[in-house]
Amino acid sequence: MMHFLATYGTQLISKTGQHLYISAAALALGVIVAVPLGILLTRMKHGANFVITLAGVLQTIPAMALLAIMIPIFGIGSTPAIVALFIYSLLPILRNTYLGMQGVSPTVRDAAKGMGMTWWQMMIQAEIPLAAPVIMAGIRLSATYVIAWATLASYIGAGGLGDFIFNGLNLYRSDLILGGSIPVILLALIVDYLLGKVETAVTPRQLR
Amino acid sequence: MLLSMEHLRKEYPNGKVAVDDFNLQVGRGEFIAFIGTSGSGKTTTMRMINRMLKQTSGTIKINDKDISKMDPVKLRRSIGYVIQNIGLMPHMTIQENIEMVPKLLGWSKEKRAEQAHKMIELAQLPDEMLKRYPGELSGGQQQRIGVVRALAADQEIILMDEPFGALDPITRESLQDLVKHLQEDLGKTFIFVTHDMDEALHLATKVVIMSQGKQVQVDTPENILRHPANEFVTNLIGEERLIRAQPNILSVSQIMLKNPVSITPDKTVDDAIDLMHDRRVDTLLVTDDDGTLQGYVDLEDINRITDAHTTVSDFTNRQVFFVKADSLIGDTVDRILKQGVKNVPVVDQDKHLVGIVTRTALVDIVYDALRGAPEADETPASPINADIHAAATHDEGGDSQQ
Repeated sequence: MMHFLATYGTQLISKTGQHLYISAAALALGVIVAVPLGILLTRMKHGANFVITLAGVLQTIPAMALLAIMIPIFGIGSTPAIVALFIYSLLPILRNTYLGMQGVSPTVRDAAKGMGMTWWQMMIQAEIPLAAPVIMAGIRLSATYVIAWATLASYIGAGGLGDFIFNGLNLYRSDLILGGSIPVILLALIVDYLLGKVETAVTPRQLR
Repeated sequence: MLLSMEHLRKEYPNGKVAVDDFNLQVGRGEFIAFIGTSGSGKTTTMRMINRMLKQTSGTIKINDKDISKMDPVKLRRSIGYVIQNIGLMPHMTIQENIEMVPKLLGWSKEKRAEQAHKMIELAQLPDEMLKRYPGELSGGQQQRIGVVRALAADQEIILMDEPFGALDPITRESLQDLVKHLQEDLGKTFIFVTHDMDEALHLATKVVIMSQGKQVQVDTPENILRHPANEFVTNLIGEERLIRAQPNILSVSQIMLKNPVSITPDKTVDDAIDLMHDRRVDTLLVTDDDGTLQGYVDLEDINRITDAHTTVSDFTNRQVFFVKADSLIGDTVDRILKQGVKNVPVVDQDKHLVGIVTRTALVDIVYDALRGAPEADETPASPINADIHAAATHDEGGDSQQ
């Protein structure tokens, strides 16, 4: 253990950094796209099911295949990895945003509109705060997925903790495999815990 | 007119006509109740007033301004809105809920807080409740907040869509009292949708009965009870309620006995005794020459007079309990019973004696109310007996029975 850290310590830190960067970038893109899209879907009479199914289909593409598809489009490196992980992050966020917004009671919406809120005010002051816990749960789920799958990004040269694991597999070195896997698990747990805190924070006191 | 609705029509794309040629003029301080079966278009009509729905044709004007030319958001902020499922924001405190519209209107924080304190007082709830969340309050308390929230920005018109439908009867009654108080004391104008006839009759100054998108009858609660426009209205009101309401819609003049036995003050004791003997009564009402009620004389009083030439005016009881001819029986019965008097003179606006209500007549009213009259009888008390027991108190009740 100490020997492993002494040899690979600096490398471990930089790989963890890469791993976090890829995951965070993919997740951020996912939130930026999926949350507004999810809200938009609740405003549309048709199409919601289609879009959510489509996101579901994207989710079923094997990770390796998706990464491979990205190479001809984006080359190798972190960009194709981020794009691929972004696609994976979409579904949980999209579906939870949609469900969360749908779950806002029509009474609340009717009252908010009837009292003279504009569309934006209804969104910001009533609907999003009420849907926030469900939306956050989706983001949290996506974060865990993305961190786990970011391991595969190493395969297309994006770096990250996956490098240890792939090296370990090639060299039959179990210490490298564990040295890559354990930090990924820890990372996923820590991020999940922190986002859990955020989820509680955005949940209105009365709804906890 | 504060609010005028002309030839309103709402037709849905599928061809269903929800509201057809709806017309209504609402004055300031009125309490309008829309009542009807489900699907009668009452809620649809109400929701067009704050443009939650848009009419297919027809115009709605508030203070002579066509609302379709107003900004819907501004319009809604100027109209109070209370809905059945309360619609408080669950993630906001009571104070934030009350301050919602004032905040949208850009009131200062201090002014908003002041208003919130005023409103919670109006709702007759403790000030500490401002810090709580809606989920911590009972349904009745929540709806009290819902009601005062609709007034927080000093809205003139308040729309209410079956606001008390989900509450238990006792809570409902206390909230009805609250809104009645707001209408009567603050002069707010209410448009109230309900399917509870008792509620409509109790609260409204004008009831709009609707069926299948059309107005069936628009009138005061009294007139609707007195003259239901057709069978639909009768059914909606309910036979039982019509009978029960009788004491509330009949006026005293309809049950009083006319031509009570009276005497003028200048007559002597002898004259009085003769008259009592002739008419077989023990009390005489004293009126002056133009028939204004002065008081009464009682057999017991006469008995104490030894000088046969004393005039009636000398021993007239001037403390006489009387009722006005146009007052409603419902209000009168209680007062008569409470006074414990045997009969009560009835006077017109100028205090001229016009009749008398005997306890026998009250028996008929109470009997009809409890047993149900076969027909809404115009004069429950029999006029045949009028002469016999006018001003009379045949304590045994002998000939007051037919």
